[in-house]
Amino acid sequence: MLATETGPIAFPILSALIFIPIIGAVIVALLPKSRPEYPKLVALMASVATAAMSIWLMASFETSEAGFQFVSKHTWIEAWGISWHLGVDGISLFLVVLTGILFPLAILAVDPHHDEKPYLAWLLMLQAGVMGSFLSLDLFVFFVFFEIVLVPMYFLIAGWGYEKRVYAATKFFLYTMFGSAFMLVGLIATVAIASRDIGYTTFDLVVIAEQANFAASTGRWLFFAFAIAFAVKVPIFPLHTWLPDAHTQAPTAGSVVLAGVMLKLGTYGLLRFGVYLFPEASYWSRNLWLTLAVIGIIYGAIAATMQTDLKRLVAYSSVAHLGFIVLGIFAFTTQSMSGSTIQMVNHGVSTGALFLFVGWIYERRKTRQISDLRGLQKVAPIFAAAFMLVMLSSVGVPGLNGFVGEFLILTGSFLTARWWTVVAALGVILAAVYLLWAYQRVFHGEPDEDNKKFPELKIKEGLVLLPFLGLIVFMGIYPKPVLDRVQPSIDALIGRVEDHTDYVQPKPTIELVDHSQEPANPEEEGDG
Amino acid sequence: MADLVWLIPAFPLAGFLTILLFGRRLGDPKAGYLATAAVFASFAVAAAVYFDLLSRPEEDRQTVVTLFSWVPVGTLQVDLAFLADPLSILMCLFITFIAGWIHMFAVGYMHGDAKYSKFFLYMNLFVFAMTILVLGENLLVTFLGWEGVGTCSYLLIAFWHTRESAATAGKKAFVTNRVGDWGVMLAMFLAFSAVGSLSYTVLNEGAETGTLAASTASAIAILLLIGAAGKSAQLPLYLWLPDAMEGPTPVSALIHAATMVTGGVFLLTRINPVIQASYDWVPTTIAWVGGLTALFAATIALAQNDIKKVLAYSTVSQIGYMMLAVGSGAYVAGIFHMVTHAGFKALLFLGAGSVIHGMHEEQDMRRMGALRKFMPITAATFIVGWLAIAGVPPFSGFWSKDEILLYTLADNTPLYIVGIITAVLTAFYMTRQIIMVFFGEARWTSLANAEEAPEVAEGEPPVETHNAHGEFKPHESPPIMWIPLVALAGVAMLGGIVNMPKLFGIPSGAAYKLEEWLHPVVEFGEADISGSWADNNKYILVAIAVACALIGIALAWLVYERRRIKPWEPSLFANAWYYDFAVTWFMGNPGREGFQAVADFDATIVDGAVTGTGVAVKATAGEVRKGQTGYVRQYAALIGVGVVLLLGWFVVIRGIL
Repeated sequence: MLATETGPIAFPILSALIFIPIIGAVIVALLPKSRPEYPKLVALMASVATAAMSIWLMASFETSEAGFQFVSKHTWIEAWGISWHLGVDGISLFLVVLTGILFPLAILAVDPHHDEKPYLAWLLMLQAGVMGSFLSLDLFVFFVFFEIVLVPMYFLIAGWGYEKRVYAATKFFLYTMFGSAFMLVGLIATVAIASRDIGYTTFDLVVIAEQANFAASTGRWLFFAFAIAFAVKVPIFPLHTWLPDAHTQAPTAGSVVLAGVMLKLGTYGLLRFGVYLFPEASYWSRNLWLTLAVIGIIYGAIAATMQTDLKRLVAYSSVAHLGFIVLGIFAFTTQSMSGSTIQMVNHGVSTGALFLFVGWIYERRKTRQISDLRGLQKVAPIFAAAFMLVMLSSVGVPGLNGFVGEFLILTGSFLTARWWTVVAALGVILAAVYLLWAYQRVFHGEPDEDNKKFPELKIKEGLVLLPFLGLIVFMGIYPKPVLDRVQPSIDALIGRVEDHTDYVQPKPTIELVDHSQEPANPEEEGDG
Repeated sequence: MADLVWLIPAFPLAGFLTILLFGRRLGDPKAGYLATAAVFASFAVAAAVYFDLLSRPEEDRQTVVTLFSWVPVGTLQVDLAFLADPLSILMCLFITFIAGWIHMFAVGYMHGDAKYSKFFLYMNLFVFAMTILVLGENLLVTFLGWEGVGTCSYLLIAFWHTRESAATAGKKAFVTNRVGDWGVMLAMFLAFSAVGSLSYTVLNEGAETGTLAASTASAIAILLLIGAAGKSAQLPLYLWLPDAMEGPTPVSALIHAATMVTGGVFLLTRINPVIQASYDWVPTTIAWVGGLTALFAATIALAQNDIKKVLAYSTVSQIGYMMLAVGSGAYVAGIFHMVTHAGFKALLFLGAGSVIHGMHEEQDMRRMGALRKFMPITAATFIVGWLAIAGVPPFSGFWSKDEILLYTLADNTPLYIVGIITAVLTAFYMTRQIIMVFFGEARWTSLANAEEAPEVAEGEPPVETHNAHGEFKPHESPPIMWIPLVALAGVAMLGGIVNMPKLFGIPSGAAYKLEEWLHPVVEFGEADISGSWADNNKYILVAIAVACALIGIALAWLVYERRRIKPWEPSLFANAWYYDFAVTWFMGNPGREGFQAVADFDATIVDGAVTGTGVAVKATAGEVRKGQTGYVRQYAALIGVGVVLLLGWFVVIRGIL
């Protein structure tokens, strides 16, 4: 049934997805300084190999299977019940793929201004950390990867960032560590309390989830310990202020990765270690999260509108977009949670691409201030057209990827959280306001002297963009392959919530008095 | 043949993709011809599907073509599917027909523009989206087209993007439309939560069988009305449309007059059973929105001097009539007026484009006059359009407007009076336009040095400086531009035959063709007025309508041609009742300040708490650190003090010793 059982010696693909970037990082770090052309080549090879494997993983993923696939489990520290336990399901699959393809593109898109070797090594370490976080099914291993991620990101921001990079990197690191401290306590408490139910100590997520039976009040405390860490990571209002600084000050590749996959560690964590591990507590506290999510949508959009720095504007738009994802998670319907899962990927693609554009604009003009830019569409029409497509995806125009996720989230949330959804949908108007206004100020109008020589999109940049643009269109028109793989896992998750609470998912339908089909109906029922 | 309905959007899509890839190579004018051919090919398919449906019995005139499953999640199963039925095919027929002629006109009009092929790229994309809108089998596919046309409209209004006003107008159109789209999205959520489907068939059937509660039906209808008010430029969301005139004139003709702006009326007609199943105040609200918009926009049109602005407000007003029809349960009349309006308004806009072209980009009617001598074809066709919109029989607008007023009188007398007043105003402002542009004395002789000419003051006759600095002569447009004018003039003249009443001895076999055709779609929602006073006295209504048109024309003639009456163009009308001004002021001042306050709140309070915590920790740590001096004697002294204190506590408080 599982792919690991198909061959006599199954290839441990999930472990490989983590170790290839690590090996790449080590090689890059060990390369002699006398050969400056090698680091990039090695880094690209490692990341492209990872990308290829993640795509292969997607291709061989069993579509209708709800549980974990390609599971790899090896005892690590027996005394504490810690094991190297990896697995992938419909929720994590596309995040793994996104992590796989985003890194080589980010490496290709922009060259660092100095010290390419450590820069590439840190990027690869980052990829390994993110991969590990998405794949771990052991609380201890997850925590290790979740924390490891901070280190390369800290150095990338502090080492290759912009003018306020040290402040931003420190803020990012301390803020996230503050959240993680709660999670560490919660994690140890969870294992300690669970071991009484299970009979032995284990950090295994699946075992704890299946066998532990937390009292409602205990579960709620533990859930909040985890949730605070994820809420910082997402970030959920009002814990979001590290994000504009970190996004703005990070080098382009860092921003792309930060927006593309790292924020998803938070929303993914809420699904995997919040809802899955503590279904009762997460359902019980849903109104809090729904409210914060809706505040984030409106508040983030308003704050984005008034930004004067283009990169900060995109950063605040992430606060709004992630608000939609949180809304969908805590609405607990198949549509809203599937929408959240697919929107994690969509946001990674669209916002990742937007950060690439902002990076390229900075490389050309050495500024991110909107007021310094003007009339770029006249001098760089292809650049502008590509930006336009990505922008429309971020605005949520149907036919492009952003709409599918937003629509599913809102449609599903409307069933269980009607008035939150009515307000959240206003965010769709605001998204048009801040992005179109920014576009007008940057691309429309007559270019002044400084902007007249703005270079057109380069071939290399165009090649990097192609996968982004392709995904934006494809996922908007034909999201079915993704949705088909996501939905079984989401349904299983909602089933867990229904088992642990009195919640029953509404499934609207209508009994139509259709005279032409009336005789057929009883027969069908008889057959069933 | 109806199975091939997907070819209708496929042709413009193919045109779009071809121009996307090879547009620059095709260039001017080949890209334009290619785009035109793609649209006419669509029209041919639409015609073929029409004849296929026509050959079937009435109850079978419906085919659903499913391309693929678009958004399937759990009980929500949305297909990318098209519905070929009398309504959608009728829409496709007139959309592609008129769009074809407008494309052809644009081949000439856009000649020489630096972004020539890009213009046709957007135009074909628009036709693609518009046909998707009308062909959608469910609300989501319609919404795909709905936002698609909105996006194309944005791109085309801001087509000359180096002009700040054009860029702002494009953004304004998109954002205002999004306000309406908020309503459409909520309507979709509500529809799904009520019937578990977004399909029109399911939703309408739920309404017809009474399974859909009246409260839910009312909410869906009102939310879709919000969407329709955005797309169809009705109160209070109309204000993007006049600004949309910043786009090239063929865009104004196609998108902002003939097709896209009727999307709201189409959508409400599509869900007419839902409106029928709503509370009574829902259709009444729709009718009042339409009626008031019609009157409101007509008053504004009285005092505009820009040739396109007059037509823009006139469009808002005419769509108001269509909304009025929808609210009165006169769906057939609403669609009828949509079709005739598409013909004569496209004609008027293209005529205006031809004038602007011939006048070297002049749009101010105060600098025109007497152009009939220089642009005879444009003038003749424009006059046909004028008679059609003014409601002079037998031109097309007369028949459709009369039908709407008939149903309105049967439904709501105050609104009938609103409609009648609007009819007088329409005849008046259109006559004013005709006179200012094509009759009277030539006021453009000073145009050669127009830049130096003083601004024409409000209400005064313009200063004439006789042709001192060079030659200027308006010219007729080339055939590629006037052939579409002639074709559309034919439509404006004869369009009424699609739905003739049984009056004036018209044989019953030729009458009410459109009503017959649309019957299966609007069967449930269409009001039955037979036996009402209005229905029994149709000749009186016709007489009133004709009288209105003639009074309006005569008055304008006296004011602007004979100059017997001083023109009355109050600044309230010229400034659109200051509504746009008020909204813009509100957005720019309190709105903007409010947004800025939120951004400041984020920077100071929310982030301030974070940095504040950091500062506090650092400060506390700084203080505590001072204790760690490193001097052993100090530590020893402190230990000593502690020991003494502890001893004292044990002895004195606990009394141990």
